Amino acid sequence: MDLFEYQGRDLFERHGLPVLGGGVAETPQEARAIAERLGGKVVVKAQVKVGGRGKAGGVKLADGADEAQARATDILGMDIKGHTVHKVMLAETADIQEEYYFSYLLDRANRTFLCIASVAGGMEIETVAEEDPERVAKIAIDANEGVTEAKAREIVTAARFPAEVAEQIVDIAVKLWQAFVAEDATLVEVNPLAKVGDGRVLLLDAKITLDENAGFRHPDHEALIDQSAVDPLEQAAKAKNLNYVKLDGEVGIIGNGAGLVMSTLDVVAYAGEGHGGVQPANFLDIGGGASAQVMANGLEIVLGDPAVKSVFVNVFGGITACDEVANGIIQALALLGERGEAVTKPLVVRLDGNNAEAGRAILDQANNPLVQRVDTMDGAAERAAELAAAGK
Amino acid sequence: MAIWLTKDSKVIVQGMTGAEGSKHTRRMLAAGTNVVGGVNPRKAGTTVDFDGTELPVFANVGEAMKETGADVSVIFVPPAFTRGAVLEAIDAEIPLAVVITEGVPVQDSAAFWAHNVASGQKTRIIGPNCPGIASPGASNAGIIPADITPGGRIGLVSKSGTLTYQLMYELRDIGFSTAVGIGGDPIIGTTHIDALKAFQEDPETDAIVMIGEIGGDAEERAAEFIKANVTKPVVGYIAGFTAPVGKTMGHAGAIISGSAGTADAKKEALEAAGVKVGKTPSETARLMREVMS
Repeated sequence: MDLFEYQGRDLFERHGLPVLGGGVAETPQEARAIAERLGGKVVVKAQVKVGGRGKAGGVKLADGADEAQARATDILGMDIKGHTVHKVMLAETADIQEEYYFSYLLDRANRTFLCIASVAGGMEIETVAEEDPERVAKIAIDANEGVTEAKAREIVTAARFPAEVAEQIVDIAVKLWQAFVAEDATLVEVNPLAKVGDGRVLLLDAKITLDENAGFRHPDHEALIDQSAVDPLEQAAKAKNLNYVKLDGEVGIIGNGAGLVMSTLDVVAYAGEGHGGVQPANFLDIGGGASAQVMANGLEIVLGDPAVKSVFVNVFGGITACDEVANGIIQALALLGERGEAVTKPLVVRLDGNNAEAGRAILDQANNPLVQRVDTMDGAAERAAELAAAGK
Repeated sequence: MAIWLTKDSKVIVQGMTGAEGSKHTRRMLAAGTNVVGGVNPRKAGTTVDFDGTELPVFANVGEAMKETGADVSVIFVPPAFTRGAVLEAIDAEIPLAVVITEGVPVQDSAAFWAHNVASGQKTRIIGPNCPGIASPGASNAGIIPADITPGGRIGLVSKSGTLTYQLMYELRDIGFSTAVGIGGDPIIGTTHIDALKAFQEDPETDAIVMIGEIGGDAEERAAEFIKANVTKPVVGYIAGFTAPVGKTMGHAGAIISGSAGTADAKKEALEAAGVKVGKTPSETARLMREVMS
């Protein structure tokens, strides 16, 4: 889960890291109140989870509460690269003398964590790394040893931070690591980490990703989810413990196992090339069970998307037997009928693996006009794409 | 003789008394796996009956190894306890720990991996969030269905469970030496490269299927390894060509971030290493069939 800047600022503050005063507003009036509280000059920043907001006009200076309200009025509701601005953060301004870059992140390749630090902050670190690789220090962090004071000094030396800020950065590096671990983050990025006029080093931006797998030990993280950005179908699926991702196409997809479903999306997209470019409408992994209840819930979610014109149910019976899956599908259709949500879109079902023959026989026997059985994944994808194109 | 798991492997189950653990212990036994016991400190000293096979429960992995000579542990404990269970397995120096549990926080995986490295890597860790390892006809440690395919001479390594089953099924007439599901998490114990190396050295494996998916650069690194070290034919498949940027596709590690982790980049890297890459699972099976004929 990616956090907004204001959530990151609050998180830093909670962990005793030096940040500027600030607050978040959803209306110009709220912005005005925060500006009054902060006093003097403030910066009004669009809260969007996408880079380049400054260039898009999403970051403005304001002198006093009147101006802050006016700038908030301008920015709220703006569209930045497809992201609507629902919130602005107001923060005190700082007299920035130097801009550094500092981050901790997961290093998948080395199966550990990494600190990236540079005295050339302010811009994209990828650009600095390309143009001036010597100015970007990468230091591996042992997951169990973490960032001790000695490790922090190693970072300061490797990144060649100036002597006058060294002590402050050592302190920040240690505390930031503690926050990284305490919150189960996979990324904390501070750009810029800035030296300001009075000599202090402050964290002026926050890009934080939290590990959703660690949610069980962070009940408070639930409140950080941006409900306005969550697709209503994704939300409904989550409430039913289904792993659903909304996509833009017309062929609804239901499968078992993340890899097989991903593969199904590809096969449907290839098939769609021959049928007016129809695309998969979603990712939905119903997991191992595939009972009538789970299948009905899955179908309900997939068919809740009005763009869906056909549904491809792609199940490989591993541990689950295909006859159970076939019964699940037939019962699910009945269940949805009882719920008053009669299915009207065609279903293409491919069953393979454990007890596939029995499963196919059950589908044939049910003789439901909406259910078409195709026994290969490629063939079924082709048929589902064809039906979706016809239904457009 | 397959890789890492043979008919002589003695398997214990951490979490054997839980719902998933007991269900799959029964399945593993039915597949002919030599399961010799389980671990649960609260139920140590008791036994559990699996359709006539009485399995003892031990207080910890070390004790289970001492009493039974176990050399493989399959871990089914819930995510909150996985870190502790794997650390225990590492400290007991069990040669193979297969971590089935899904939803393990990445800091926990990083912690047990770092501990394993610091302890001299005496334990091979497979997973977490994986279906396990199966040497068809010999032994089965995890949740891979045992009856898809008989033994044979194809080796398979995969990030995905169901795609593993799909490919095993499509190639069941040829058969597999060992199938290893390494899992789709950002940090995993055994990589594609580890499995490729073992298959290359295994006299009972003639060709290798490698299944990858979007996210990270493990497949690219595997491609480099293949180029330099693997002389046996390798056929590849990558899932997620049409996955959008920034959306996690089921597995915690299956996400394209920026320009990194795309299926196209992985396919290109593999093809540059001489690997034939199928566009679909069925085409992948066909390519393997050509190799084996």
